[in-house]
Amino acid sequence: MNPFLLNQYAASGVGLLLLLALLGIPAARRTSGGQVIYGSCALVCAALAAVALHALLVPGSGVVAIELPIGQPLGRTKLGFDALSAAFAVIVNLTTAIVSTYAIGYGTHASEPQRVVPFYPAFIAGMNLVLLAQDAFSFLVGWEFMSLASWALVVSEDRSESNRRAGLVYLIMATGGALTLLLAFGVLAGPEGGYSFDTMRQTTAFAPAAIVLVLALIGAGSKAGLVPLHAWLPLAHPAAPSHVSALMSGVMTKVAVYGFIRIVFDLAGPPSWWWSIPVLLVAGVTSLLGVLYALMEHDLKRLLAYHTVENIGIIFIGLGLALAFEASGLEVAAALALIAAVFHVFNHSLFKSLLFLGAGAVLGATGERDMERLGGLIHRMPVTALAFLAGCIAISALPPFNGFVSEWLTFQAILLSPQLPQWIPRLLIPAIGATLACSAALAAACFVKAFGSTFLGRPRAPAAASASETDRWSLGAMLLLAALCLGAGVLPGFVIDSLAPVSQAMVGSELAGQSDQPWLRIAPIDPARSAYNGWLVFVMISIAAVLTAMIVRRFASHSLRRSPAWDCGFPDPSPVTQYSSTSFAQPIRRVFGSAVFRARERVTMPKPGDTGTARLELEVHDTFWEAFYEPVIRFVNWAADRLNTVQFLTIRKYLTLVFVALVLLLIIIGTWR
Amino acid sequence: MMHGWYTQFAQLVLVLVMAPLLSGVTRRIRSRLLRRRGPSIFQPYRDLLKLIRKEAVVADNASWLFRIAPYAIFATTWVAAALIPTFAAGLTFSAAADVIVIVALLGTARFFLALAGLDVGTSFGGLGSSREMMFASLAEPAMLLVVFTVSLFAGSTQLSSISTYMAGPDIGLSISLALALIALIIVALAENARIPVDNPATHLELTMVHEAMILEYSGRHLAVIEAAASLKLLLYLSLIACMFAPWGTTLAGNDVVAYAVGLGAYAFKLAVLGFGLVVFETAIAKMRVFRVPEFLGMALMLGLLGAILLFVSRVSQ
Repeated sequence: MNPFLLNQYAASGVGLLLLLALLGIPAARRTSGGQVIYGSCALVCAALAAVALHALLVPGSGVVAIELPIGQPLGRTKLGFDALSAAFAVIVNLTTAIVSTYAIGYGTHASEPQRVVPFYPAFIAGMNLVLLAQDAFSFLVGWEFMSLASWALVVSEDRSESNRRAGLVYLIMATGGALTLLLAFGVLAGPEGGYSFDTMRQTTAFAPAAIVLVLALIGAGSKAGLVPLHAWLPLAHPAAPSHVSALMSGVMTKVAVYGFIRIVFDLAGPPSWWWSIPVLLVAGVTSLLGVLYALMEHDLKRLLAYHTVENIGIIFIGLGLALAFEASGLEVAAALALIAAVFHVFNHSLFKSLLFLGAGAVLGATGERDMERLGGLIHRMPVTALAFLAGCIAISALPPFNGFVSEWLTFQAILLSPQLPQWIPRLLIPAIGATLACSAALAAACFVKAFGSTFLGRPRAPAAASASETDRWSLGAMLLLAALCLGAGVLPGFVIDSLAPVSQAMVGSELAGQSDQPWLRIAPIDPARSAYNGWLVFVMISIAAVLTAMIVRRFASHSLRRSPAWDCGFPDPSPVTQYSSTSFAQPIRRVFGSAVFRARERVTMPKPGDTGTARLELEVHDTFWEAFYEPVIRFVNWAADRLNTVQFLTIRKYLTLVFVALVLLLIIIGTWR
Repeated sequence: MMHGWYTQFAQLVLVLVMAPLLSGVTRRIRSRLLRRRGPSIFQPYRDLLKLIRKEAVVADNASWLFRIAPYAIFATTWVAAALIPTFAAGLTFSAAADVIVIVALLGTARFFLALAGLDVGTSFGGLGSSREMMFASLAEPAMLLVVFTVSLFAGSTQLSSISTYMAGPDIGLSISLALALIALIIVALAENARIPVDNPATHLELTMVHEAMILEYSGRHLAVIEAAASLKLLLYLSLIACMFAPWGTTLAGNDVVAYAVGLGAYAFKLAVLGFGLVVFETAIAKMRVFRVPEFLGMALMLGLLGAILLFVSRVSQ
C-alpha cells in the first residue's frame, strides 16, 4: 500500500473521531444515540489498529509523513507512523476498540450521558494524535487534547466531593506534565527552533542531555504514574466511568510511556550509561510502592489504579535496562530489554482494561466499589468472575498467561547485566531484580485479595447478595480481552517478532526471529541459554488436569454432599466473620507497612467482666502525600487566598496595576533584545 | 530424540509414584526419631486410596472454583515437578520451561490454593490464604535470587544445562553458591509448610497455614490436594539435588546401566535430603507467625547478597 495513503487513512481516522465527538453532543440525549457513538468508536479504532499493524509489519510503509498547512507558529504539522508509534497505535487502538464495545452495553448506566459521550471520542482522538505526531507541536496539541478530554470525563460525575478534588489534582498534574514536556521539546529543538522530530534528531541539543532526561521523566512520568508523581492516578482513574477508567489506566498511561521512549530513545541522541541509574531507581521504587499501596486499598477501582503504578514501574525497569545496555553497546541485550518493556505495555493494556471493565460490571450490578461490602459474586456473576479471574492471573505474572512472559523477558535481560562494564549498574540491577520479583509476588497476594473479597466467600452486604450478571456486550468484551491475555501468553513469539522493527529503530538491533524456533517456543538470546514455550506449558497443564480428573472420575467415589461449612466445627453464620480485604492484607501490612506507611494498630480490650466492645483502630499514612503534596497544596491555597484580595480593588488601583504590568513587560522586552 | 521422550514420560510417572513414598519415608523417620513406631512407609498411598473412595462433602456456598482448584493445583505442580531433571538431564520438555517458569508454575498453584481457601468464606480459610501469600511474598523473590545466582554460574536458566554445568569440572566452591543453597533450603522449608514455619501435622487453629486453607476439602478433592502437596516436597528436594548435587545424573539417550545409576543416585539423594529435613524438623521448634518474615527475609537477603557478589565480580560470557 502507498505509505502516504496509509497515513492519510490514519489521520482521517482521527478526524472521524473528532467528528464523532461533535455528533456525540446531540446523540447523547438518547440511550441508543450514545450506543451508536460507542459502536462507531469501536469500528474506527479497529480500523486504526489495522492500519497501524500494517504500518508496523510491512517494511517501508508509513515512512512518509503527511504535512498539513496548519500548526503555525512552530512549523508545519506532520503526521505519520514510524515503527514505534505504529506499535503503540496497535496497542492503544486494539484495547480501545474492545473497551468501546463494552461501553455499548455499560454506557447506558451513565446518569448524565451528555457529559460522557461527546468527550469519549475526543479522548481517543487525542491519544491517536499524540501517536501520529511527527512534530512537537502536534504532539503537544494531542497530549493536551487527551488530558483535557479525560479531565472532563473524570469530573463527569461531579456530585461527590472526592471526584471534584480528583479532577482538580488531575488538572494540576496534567498541566505541569505538559509544561515540562514543552520545555523538553524546547531544549531538543535547539536555538534554531526546529520543532519537527526529523530536525530534532539531527540537532545537537544546546543544553546537557541530562536536562532532557529529567524533563522527560517528570513530564511523561507524571502522566504514567511514576512515584512520587503518582498521586493523581488513584484519585482520577476511579472517579471516571469504568470504561473511561479502563482507557485512562490501561491505555493513556501507555501513551505516556510512548512519550518517554520517543524523547529519550529517539530524539535525545545516544544515551550515557548513567541515564539508566535514575530511571532504574525510580522504576524500582515505583513498582514496589505501587503494589504495597494497592495492598492497603479496599476500594476495588483504587486498588487497580495503584496497580497501574506498579506495572508502570515494571515497564520503566525494562526501559532503564535498555538504556544501560544501549549506552554500553550491548545492542542485542538492549533490544531484549526494550522488547520486554513494550511487551509489558501491550500486556498491561489488555489485562488492566479487563480488570477495570470487570470492576465496572461489579459496580453496575451492585453499586459498590468497596470490597468490604462485596463478596460471593462468583455465584451471581459467573462469566464476569471467569473473565476477572483470567485478568488476575495475567496481572500476577503467572504462567501460562501473558503477564508472565514480559516479566520472564525482563528477568532474562537482568541476567545479561553482568556484561555491563560499569560497576554501579551491576550493583544496582540485582537489587532491582529482587524488587521486581518481590512486587510480582506481592501482586499475586494483592489479586488473591481482590478476587477473593469481591467474588468469593459470602456476600457482605445486601447489594452483593442480589446482584445479577451484566449485559452481553460487556461480557463479550471482557471475554475477548481474557482470550487475548491467554493468547499473548501462549503464543508470545508472534508479539516479539512484530516488535522487531521497534527495537531496530530505537536501539539499532533486534532479537532473532522467533518464528524459526521449533514448537512455537521463544528463545530471545540463545535456546541453550533460556527458552520458554507458553503453548506447550499450557497444553501440558491442560492434559495433566484433564488426565487427573479422568483418573479421579474413573476410580474415585462419585458421591458429593452439600453441607454447611465445617470451619473446624465452629462455623459462624454471620458474613462479617469472614476475612475481609483489610484483614487479608494485615500480615503484609505488619511486615512491610510499618516502615512504608507508618501503619499502627491499636487494640482496646475491655477488662474482664466489662461488657464494653473491644476496638481495633488502624492508622495508615500516605507518606508521599504528606511529604510532597500537602505542603504544595497548602502553599497553593495560601497563594490563592492572598490573590483573592486583587479581586476587590477600586478601578483606580486596577488601572495602576495594568500600567505597572505594561511598563514591566516593556522593560523586559527592551533589555532582552 | 525418542530417548528424550521416553525419559520425559518416565519422569512424569516417576515423580507421581515417588512423591507419596517420600512423604511416607520422612514420616516414618520422624516417628523413629521421636521414639514412636510410626506408620508404614506406604501409609500415604493407603490414605490417598481411602480418601478417593470417600464421599466428598462440599460446603453449601462453595463455587465452581472450589471444585476445579484441586485439579489446577495438582496439574501445575505435576508439570513443574516433571520438568526438573531427576535422574536424567536432557528431557524433551526442558526447552519448554526454564527454572524461572518452574518457580512461576508453583506460584500459579499457590494462587489457586489461596483462592480456594477464600471460597467458602470461613475465617480459617481466609487466615490460611492471607498468611500463605505473606510468606510467598518473601519466599518467591528469595527463590528467584537463588535462580539468578545459579544461572549466572551456568550461563543458562535451563535446568538441564545448569545440572550439567554443576556436575562438570568448571565449578569450584563459591560463597555465592553457599549463600544460595542456604536461601533455597529456607524457602523449601517455608513453601512445604515444614516445621519452623508451619506444621503439617497440626490442626491447632492458630498455628496452621496450609492446613487452614484446605480445611473445607474432603474426599477426592482432598486426596488430589494431598497428592499435590507431596509432589511439591519431592519437587523441592529434586531441585536442590539437581542444582547443588547433580552427581550421577545421566543424560537422556545413555545406556541402561547409566539409567540405573542415575535412578539409584536420585533415590539416594532424596533419602539423604529427606533425612536431613526430618532431623532438622525434630531438632527445632515452630516459630510464631510473625517471626517467619524475619526467617524468610534472611533467605531473601542471603539470596541478594549471593547474587550481588556474583554480578559485581563476574563478567559473564
